[in-house]
Amino acid sequence: MQFGIFSVGDVTPDPTTGRTPTEGERIRAVMRIAEKAEEVGLDVFATGEHHNPPFVPSSPTTMLGYLAGRTERLVMSTATTLITTNDPVKIAEDFAMLQHLAGGRADLMLGRGNTGPVYPWFGQDIRQGIPLAVENYALLHRLWREDVVDWEGRFRTPLQGFTATPRPLDGVPPFVWHGSIRSPEIAEQAAYYGDGFFANNIFWPKEHFQRLIGLYRRRYEHYGHGRADQAIVGLGGQVFMRRNSQDAVREFRPYFDNAPVYGGGPSLEDFSRETPLTVGSPEQVIERTLGFREYFGDYQRQLFLVDHAGLPLKTVLEQLDLLGEEVVPVLRREFAARRPAGVPDGPPSHEERKRALAQDGAHDDADKEGAK
Amino acid sequence: MTEKRIVAVAAGLSTPSSTRLLADRLSGAVDTALRETGGTASVETVELREHARALGEAMAAGFPSGELKRAVDAVAGADGVIAVTPVFNASYSGLFKSFFDLVDIDDLQGTPVLIGATGGSPRHSLVLEHAMRPMFAYLRAVVAPTAVYAASEDWGGGGDVHASLTERVSRAGGELAALVSGRPKRERPDPYEEPVPFERLLRGE
Repeated sequence: MQFGIFSVGDVTPDPTTGRTPTEGERIRAVMRIAEKAEEVGLDVFATGEHHNPPFVPSSPTTMLGYLAGRTERLVMSTATTLITTNDPVKIAEDFAMLQHLAGGRADLMLGRGNTGPVYPWFGQDIRQGIPLAVENYALLHRLWREDVVDWEGRFRTPLQGFTATPRPLDGVPPFVWHGSIRSPEIAEQAAYYGDGFFANNIFWPKEHFQRLIGLYRRRYEHYGHGRADQAIVGLGGQVFMRRNSQDAVREFRPYFDNAPVYGGGPSLEDFSRETPLTVGSPEQVIERTLGFREYFGDYQRQLFLVDHAGLPLKTVLEQLDLLGEEVVPVLRREFAARRPAGVPDGPPSHEERKRALAQDGAHDDADKEGAK
Repeated sequence: MTEKRIVAVAAGLSTPSSTRLLADRLSGAVDTALRETGGTASVETVELREHARALGEAMAAGFPSGELKRAVDAVAGADGVIAVTPVFNASYSGLFKSFFDLVDIDDLQGTPVLIGATGGSPRHSLVLEHAMRPMFAYLRAVVAPTAVYAASEDWGGGGDVHASLTERVSRAGGELAALVSGRPKRERPDPYEEPVPFERLLRGE
């Protein structure tokens, strides 16, 4: 099972000091946090994509390309890449390039984006969100699998004899997750292609995500990719830890109360009860996270949000130390002990998918031989 | 005939409130009218004041939880809705609007709704027609022709004044009962149980 972190990339004042980092400071901090994730033994770093202040990550593959060169094992990912407003041709090119630079340690999570004005800024219509996600991904899927593509759709200028370069590393397209917080259509899309489904469950109650993930699992099986319990599921999580849980609550409360996404709403206690937010000791985080499999089944990737709401870099790095030293080793052991045989322990790696591709090729050759 | 589920939403703030009083009168009239035609009804009343804090939190958090979620689900699943608000600053109260802002555009599609409002003076009665009816029209609900407004004087007046309110309540209740009775059980495919097959999405359907 993969464990990692995902960053929104917000530039938020630290409510305890009133100081706001510069964009440059925040960008360097996010890079430091990602490198630290590898140092403490985490598997994945994923960045959001935003095109409006106070967020900085407008250019994810630039960030991830830099990180690919600075890391050895860490998987580069996104949370999410906007499949609605980015040109699918450019996504195909950018992520194939990243995949080469990262030696296969790259995947991506597609999402529609929920910032209304981004659609018109990029020449699209938010009311077409689902059709854009469906059509753009259908094109992206082909661009990575067919060397020469002729294509015509509703949203993008047609392509005749187009080849996206570079071709995916070893002919293996980057693994794709589809992220959604409410749309059954996106769970259906992930199931249809046999791709991963990431339920960013951090802001909503679990009952909703049980239905969404349940739908994805059933339809994954329906489309013949494997059993429902073998479908590739990713989940979000949100933690703040100190060894003593009272210390964690006391330290995190001003960040919670003032954060743009929480402030003025439910109390820290109520929000912790209704959503996966866990503010407490490493043991509490372990217990809460292990509980996810009771609701959603055995899953393959867990991403934690740790670097937002104006938390200082030093504090975030301390969170990563706790995750790496005390939380993730226990979670790896306990999830492995509970996982039934035949349920994948992570999304398929580049090497596994390369072998699968070679086997498929061998089958095809054998079929041709047989036909002769 | 199966039992019809009627949910009344009352946005009154005082206890007891004239808004709740009107909601109860309307509920009673609907119940009576349904029974007169051989039907049965269960009536549940949602007092929004009890959810005031949760409504604010739901706005900030983006989702309703707990009892408020159950109340929204009850309205969404009702065979008929009675919605009553006090008039504040020439419109429905903010609490009333906050609650219906949590109702999804598809939740009340085709649902019969009876609207009522209360105020200190009869001069605000057109709030029913200028504010409430358009909101429920937006939600594609079927709003009963008679909407009932009760001013303070309606509660105290004897003779013609009081008879007039009673008559309007009775007529409105009969209209909602008829709409509810005549409406086939709404089939709502659950998109999480029966998703649109991807081939259809690919074809742009």
